[in-house]
Amino acid sequence: MAKSRYANLRSADIVIDDVHLRYGTGPSSVLALDGISFDVKPNEFCVIVGPSGCGKSSLLYLVAGLETKTAGTITVNGKPVSDPGPERGMVFQAYTLFPWLTVAKNVEYGPKRKGYPAAERKDIVDHFLAEVGLSKFADHYPSQLSGGMKQRVAIARALANDPMVLLMDEPFGALDSQTRHTMQGLLLRVWEHSKKTVLFVTHDIEEAILLADRVLVMSGRPGQIKKEITINFDRPRNMDLVLEPDFISTKREILELLKDTDDDEH
Amino acid sequence: MKSPSFSFRAITTPFEQIPKWMIVFLGVAIWVVVIASWSAITYSGMITETFLPTPDMVVSRTLKYIQNGVLWEHTSASVQVVFIGFVLSSVVSVPLGLFMGTYRIVQAFLDPLVNFMRYLPVTSFVPLFILWIGIGIEQRVTVIIFGIFFQQLVMLADTARSVPRDLVNAAYTLGTSRAHTVFHIVLPASLPNIFDILRVTMGWAWTYLVVAELVAARSGLGYISLKAMRGFQVDVIFMAIAMIGILGLITDQGFRLLRKYAAPWAL
Repeated sequence: MAKSRYANLRSADIVIDDVHLRYGTGPSSVLALDGISFDVKPNEFCVIVGPSGCGKSSLLYLVAGLETKTAGTITVNGKPVSDPGPERGMVFQAYTLFPWLTVAKNVEYGPKRKGYPAAERKDIVDHFLAEVGLSKFADHYPSQLSGGMKQRVAIARALANDPMVLLMDEPFGALDSQTRHTMQGLLLRVWEHSKKTVLFVTHDIEEAILLADRVLVMSGRPGQIKKEITINFDRPRNMDLVLEPDFISTKREILELLKDTDDDEH
Repeated sequence: MKSPSFSFRAITTPFEQIPKWMIVFLGVAIWVVVIASWSAITYSGMITETFLPTPDMVVSRTLKYIQNGVLWEHTSASVQVVFIGFVLSSVVSVPLGLFMGTYRIVQAFLDPLVNFMRYLPVTSFVPLFILWIGIGIEQRVTVIIFGIFFQQLVMLADTARSVPRDLVNAAYTLGTSRAHTVFHIVLPASLPNIFDILRVTMGWAWTYLVVAELVAARSGLGYISLKAMRGFQVDVIFMAIAMIGILGLITDQGFRLLRKYAAPWAL
C-alpha cells in the first residue's frame, strides 16, 4: 500500500497521572484503579495486559472520556480529558459498526461529522478500505460480514477519522485464534503506515509482546501498574517472532508476573 | 445457503426451512379448509341461513354493495378515521418514545402517567368522549389515539433503551455530539423495531375503530354491521368483517414493504 496523504501522521502523547477510579460510594464501593501513572509517547504502541477485572478496560474508557475518573489527571496532547472526542479514536471488543450503514458509509462517518467534502471523503474511504483489504466489500452491510471483517472495518473507521491516539479494547478478543493472528498481522502493517499513538488492552500475552513497543502489566483489583517492560524486537515484525527465545523469555516473565497477581488474590 | 429440500425428514425437522411452493400451497390450503367447512355447514342446512349465511349470499351481497357504492362509502370512512388517528398518534409517539428511552429525565417525568393510562381500557373513555366531543369523526379519532398512543410510547421507549451502549460510545469517539445521539444513532438503530411497533399498533387501531363505530357513528364498517344486526342481515356483517380483515392484511403487507425499503440492512 503506497503512502498517501491520508496515511495520517497526527499523533499525540497520553499522560496519565495518579488516576483513581471508584465504583459506587460508601462501604459497598469498589476501588477499580488505584493510583495509575504512566505516559505514552507520540507514535508509541503501548499495550496493557492484566487479569480480567483488573480495570484495564476501565482505564481505556477513562482515556476515551466515556467514563469519569474519581481522582487524578489524564491529558492527551496536553489537553485534559473530560468528554469523548474524535481526536481519541476507539476500537471496541464488541462489534460496534453501525448496522444501518454500509461498510463505506461506516468508514465515512467520522469525516462526514467533520464536514469534509464528498470527494475527499471518498478518497479517505478508498484509502482505508484498501488498507484493511476490504475494498470489495464497500457496499456490504455489517450483518453480511464475518467477525474479523467487522473489526477490520472498525479499525478503518477509527483511522479514517484521523485521531491523535487510537484506543483498542481487546479488539480481537471475540475472534477465533486463526483470525486473531491474521488481524494482529494486519494491525501491525496498518500501524507501520500510520504510526498512531496506540493504547491497546488485552489479556493475550503473545498478542501484547508481538504488537507492543512497551507492555504494562497490571495487577488484579484494585488495578495498579505492576511492571513496565520495553519490547525491543525490530519492526516490521511478523508471526515468526513468537518462536524466538527472547520472545519466549519475555512471555515467561509476564506470565510469572500475572501468576503472582493470582496468588495475591487467593 | 442450500435450497430447502422436500422430504418427510426435512419438513418435520424443527426450525428447518420449507420450499417456497409449499408455503404458497399451505397458505391457500388454510382458506380452502375454512371456506369448505363453511359451505358444508351452511349448504347442508345444519345451521339456518338467518344466523350463518352461505358463501354465495355473502358474495352476492358484497357485489351488490360494491355496485351501489355503499361498501366503498363505509370502507373509505373507516380507513379515513384509522389513518388520521394512527398518523396523529405516531407522529408524536415516535419522537417522544425515542426521547423517553434515551433520556432518563423524560422517562422519569412521563412514566407515571403513561403506565397509568395504558392500563385503562379505552372503551371506558368512550362515554366521556361522546359527551365532550359528540359522535363525529373527531370522537372516533380520539378513541384510536387514546387506544394506541400510550402503548406505542412504552414499546418505542423500550426499543430505544435497548440500543447497545457501545454503539453510542463508538459514535461519541467518532465525533457525534450528545445532542445528536437521538437522531443519528438511536433513531436509525431502532428503525426496524419502530416499523414493527407501528405495524402491530395499526392492528390495534382497527380494533378500536370498530369499537368506536359500534357505539356512536353514522358511517363506517362497524356502523353498517350494527345496522345489519338490527335488520338480521348477517351477510352484511360477514362482508364488513371480511373487509376489515382484508384491509388489515393490506396494511400489514404495506408496513413489511416499508420496513424492507427503509431498513434494508435488517432481516
